[in-house]
Amino acid sequence: MKNSKLGLDFKKVEAAKRISGSIAAEVQKFVDNYTTVAVERTLCRLIGIDGVDSNDVPLPNIVVDQIHSAGVLGQGVLFYLGNAIIETGLNPQQIAEKISKNEIDITKQKINPVLQIHKAIEPYVHACIERIKSNVEKRNGYLNNLGEGSKPYLYVIVATGNIYEDVIQAQAAARQGADIIAVIRTTGQSLLDYVPYGATTEGFGGTYATQENFRIMRKALDEVGEEVGRYIRLCNYCSGLCMPEIAAIGALERLDVMLNDALYGILFRDINPQRTIVDQYFSRIINGFAGVIINTGEDNYLTTADAFEQAHTVLASDLINEQLALFAGMPEEQMGLGHAFEMNPELENGFLYELAQAQMTREIFPKAPLKYMPPTKFMTGNIFKGQIQNALFNEISIWTGQGIQLLGMITEAVHTPFMSDRYLAIENAKYIFNNLKNIGDEVEFKENGIIQKRAKTVLDDTYDLLSEIEKEGLFEALEKGIFADIKRSKTGGKGLDGVTAKSENYYNPFILLMKGENK
Amino acid sequence: MSGGLYSMDQRNFDQTLDLKKVKPYGDTMNDGKTQLSFTLPVPCNDEAIEAAKQLMKKMGFENPQVVYYKELTEGFTFFNCYGSCTHMVDYTAINVPKVESTVMDMKETDEFIKENIGRKIVVVGASTGTDAHTVGIDAIMNMKGYAGHYGLERYEMIDAYNLGSQVPNEEFIAKAIELNADALLISQTVTQKDVHIKNLTELVEMLEAEGLRDKIILACGGPRISHELAKELGYDAGFGMNTYADDVASFIAQEMSKRVENSK
Repeated sequence: MKNSKLGLDFKKVEAAKRISGSIAAEVQKFVDNYTTVAVERTLCRLIGIDGVDSNDVPLPNIVVDQIHSAGVLGQGVLFYLGNAIIETGLNPQQIAEKISKNEIDITKQKINPVLQIHKAIEPYVHACIERIKSNVEKRNGYLNNLGEGSKPYLYVIVATGNIYEDVIQAQAAARQGADIIAVIRTTGQSLLDYVPYGATTEGFGGTYATQENFRIMRKALDEVGEEVGRYIRLCNYCSGLCMPEIAAIGALERLDVMLNDALYGILFRDINPQRTIVDQYFSRIINGFAGVIINTGEDNYLTTADAFEQAHTVLASDLINEQLALFAGMPEEQMGLGHAFEMNPELENGFLYELAQAQMTREIFPKAPLKYMPPTKFMTGNIFKGQIQNALFNEISIWTGQGIQLLGMITEAVHTPFMSDRYLAIENAKYIFNNLKNIGDEVEFKENGIIQKRAKTVLDDTYDLLSEIEKEGLFEALEKGIFADIKRSKTGGKGLDGVTAKSENYYNPFILLMKGENK
Repeated sequence: MSGGLYSMDQRNFDQTLDLKKVKPYGDTMNDGKTQLSFTLPVPCNDEAIEAAKQLMKKMGFENPQVVYYKELTEGFTFFNCYGSCTHMVDYTAINVPKVESTVMDMKETDEFIKENIGRKIVVVGASTGTDAHTVGIDAIMNMKGYAGHYGLERYEMIDAYNLGSQVPNEEFIAKAIELNADALLISQTVTQKDVHIKNLTELVEMLEAEGLRDKIILACGGPRISHELAKELGYDAGFGMNTYADDVASFIAQEMSKRVENSK
């Protein structure tokens, strides 16, 4: 690391990373021994099982439910499917269809030797790996030929509920200069224990994440990307009870960015900590392999906790998230660690404190495409002041070299964005990014001034907090309400019944294949 | 665009304020000046500008001016406009139902409860249904509160339970019974397709079915909620934008005291 503008003590940063590494390693010890219904459904999807039965129940759920209700989920779905391929001569999709019609029970078939089972499943595994690799190549091809917007990438959301209406909004935003389009999910999807199927036109506050909706939006963004001469990235939400399944369909349909944060799900969606931390590991392996940039959700802490008082919890969580992602084989260049511009506008010198925190985050994670979230908590409905709040946010971002700029909307706290709100947000950001382009190279901070002192305080507090978490363990720290003032028990929340210890025949070849490719 | 820095518009209208005939104020009484912006789903051309002006006339604006326009994407044009509103309202005839309580600060409310109720009030709150937003209920209930107004958790005489977000109505009621709640607070942030109305109505119906409705104080809140709407839906009070824990706590304390009085 070259000179710090903040006079940061990089020995302390290194020590903080070491402690975070040991916190993550404790978590990983647990993760390695467990699987979940969501992980197993993900494996079904990766080897080509898709579609729904006559009651709209997805086939991956039907297959996994059969194994789960037979009490043998710990053996893993690939063990039984591989065996069924040998026994029936059918492919995974055909087997799933037979299960859905109650024609076979794959847990009750004669068990073949393990090596033969692995061999039977191998072609489907490789077909999947090849498909995802070709998606990565296709993205790289676009990036080489078309190019991309300069950082910070302009990130906007669409949220009409109707995928076809979303397409119109998304293409409009791309033409105005957006680099990343996120399709907000419908309210409550994170708590569904299945991924809905097909194109959808009805959602509340967002649009269902389905594989078909991903495909429709991907195609639309490729089209508009060709038109504007820039690759347009597609973002969705790989969180909640179907975290790794969403990662899988995202990898198959070439999504580029995914919200992907177990801590967020635990704190803000009350998802069971054990469930989601196991789910997160596999989802990050997939995202890492598929070249997907993940975004973490630390910004949300500041919607409940205070941005000035609790800044160190954001940094601590970023550090832990970084280490957890490293365990999943994810390159630093794909870690969109989160933070947010949520200082109370009434706070004297709030801009300086925010500048210090943003610069600090930049220097501590030099390769990460940091995700910077706009003001939301203090947006009031006074859209005119809101435009200025968003301008200050944009200034900090260009000044400190953030990676992904989630553009603030003047109608935050009023309604989901109008087409014109997005235009005004993009215009605001482009004006400031262009006008202040090199301010970060030109301006240095006063030694021991307000900004440098602020960064030092936050780093010191972060170090102390991490030391405390290390003593107790992450799960225990969560039970005490260490992040965002929210307490979550290890056995509470949604989805615990879908967690099980791996048994002796457990088989998931994707972990090694996907992590190996990245290492 | 308008005619330069100084307005040369003739002002041959009555410039005295009449509360029976109120209209927007730009810089002169009764000028009716209004700013608005909207997008029309048409390409950006002279016809689009004319369409915007005609639309403004239909909305009741005289002298419609399009001061800025921009094609947002093919076939969609954005407008910033000004015009003089021809409509007026009778301010003197307006009657808005309001929460009938005197707003007290935390100390006063705690004192009030000690004197008039003599025990702690149990308040259970949640963002119910599919609504994942905790910002509203947190602003009212969390220790820290919001914008300098301490939340209910900090009140000495209130036992506050914040159940968080996405709490199903059944679970909410079960918890209310378990905790022996005196008052229930429901926060609703997502209002697309009136999902909040359905959810709020369902809760009232379920409470009635359980025979609980009259035994508790029921209040809802959120950016799109008014006291009037809350009353219509069968709630005791509704708290919209710019209301804080003080407003909610004062109301609950005074309403409970009223009920205690009435039952004597």
